Amino acid sequence: MSDAAAEAVSDSAPRRLRVATTSLAGCFGCHTSFLDIDERLFALLERVEFDRSPLTDIKHCGHCDIGIVEGGICNAENVRVLREFRANCKILVAMGACAVTGGLPAQRNHLDLGQCLQEVYLTEPSVGQGLIPNDPELPLPLDKVHPLHEVVKVDYFIPGCPPSGDAIWKFLTDLIEGRTPRLGHGLISYD
Amino acid sequence: MSLQPSFLLDGREVPFEPGQTVLQAALAADRYIPHLCYHPEFTPHGSCKVCTAKVDGRMMAACTTPAASTIEVESDTQELNDLRRTLVQMLFAEGNHFCPSCEKSGDCGLQALGYDLGVMTAGFRHLFPDRPVDASHPEILLDFNRCILCELCVRAAREVDGKHVFSLAGRGLGKHLIVNAESGRLVDTDVKVTDKAVEVCPVGAILRKRVGFATPIGERRFDRAPISAQALADAPRPLERS
Repeated sequence: MSDAAAEAVSDSAPRRLRVATTSLAGCFGCHTSFLDIDERLFALLERVEFDRSPLTDIKHCGHCDIGIVEGGICNAENVRVLREFRANCKILVAMGACAVTGGLPAQRNHLDLGQCLQEVYLTEPSVGQGLIPNDPELPLPLDKVHPLHEVVKVDYFIPGCPPSGDAIWKFLTDLIEGRTPRLGHGLISYD
Repeated sequence: MSLQPSFLLDGREVPFEPGQTVLQAALAADRYIPHLCYHPEFTPHGSCKVCTAKVDGRMMAACTTPAASTIEVESDTQELNDLRRTLVQMLFAEGNHFCPSCEKSGDCGLQALGYDLGVMTAGFRHLFPDRPVDASHPEILLDFNRCILCELCVRAAREVDGKHVFSLAGRGLGKHLIVNAESGRLVDTDVKVTDKAVEVCPVGAILRKRVGFATPIGERRFDRAPISAQALADAPRPLERS
């Protein structure tokens, strides 16, 4: 197909929205739940194409319509990736309890980070070899774990640990169809 | 012609009996006003302000405002529901309400209110306060991380159990729940696991030990229906008794 013909085809169908996803201080549970939309993925792929995502293995986020971020912010690398998403995505979505509240990683927030590292790597029996990892390639941990909205502006939140596949589907279809996303009873969940 | 006095709530008449508050009369008439620290069995407290309504144009706690035939009440408006949502968000940001690890999840009044009001995020900066739990009692866990200072346990102990077990101490952001023992530990109070004060906690702050998951997640009270659909069932119906 010539370039002109390809353009004509793409003109007749609505442009597919470009979507990026990533997991920061999360467990990939939300991405796993995202895959729980099962065969609806095919319907979704008629409306969206994926940019940076664990599904594509693209390493950096290009210009996107929607960025979906799982996990909170626990280290310098998380901050960098989140800012890259914010700079490139028209709509930024916090997906799951960790992105929305800090979640499980934030349960360390009332502890002293230095003491945590000492206990894990020096004083308690562990896999550590008597020293706190200090390789320059390792991102530096932050003093506290933050939900996304404490670092950048977030446009939408999907709570849940993880949000169900049905909740993610309802959210995405609302958003793609131009409706204000609403999760009603049974879909909105904090646990 | 009815002799029952009534007031207007969102343009529709709500009958009441002398002595009832706006919230009591509304619930008895199957009209829901969101609320959190109100409980039909105890003296209204007016502290959480979630039930705030406009009474003749002034913001009032519906749970403590006496019903009167001269008043006009607005409740289900975008402005008031936005304010209620903000109040619930502040409660979530102030404590450590980590629902995924809480055995009260699905039975929790704060969580259910968040769901019903469409609270998708706390919005504010989370305070992540340091509040060690009191696990000293063999049958009751006291987790201060989840306390919302509703004083239902204080009221239930005083009004039903006839004891002085719980109280609030401090002011402002430093306000916190304390127990009546020199050691400061629950085990040294005269609380019993069968006390109303233990049963009434709307969140996961006072929990009976070893029964946490007797009802599985997904089959709990607010999994079945939203809190707005169930608060009406809890309301006493003095109108029907008379």
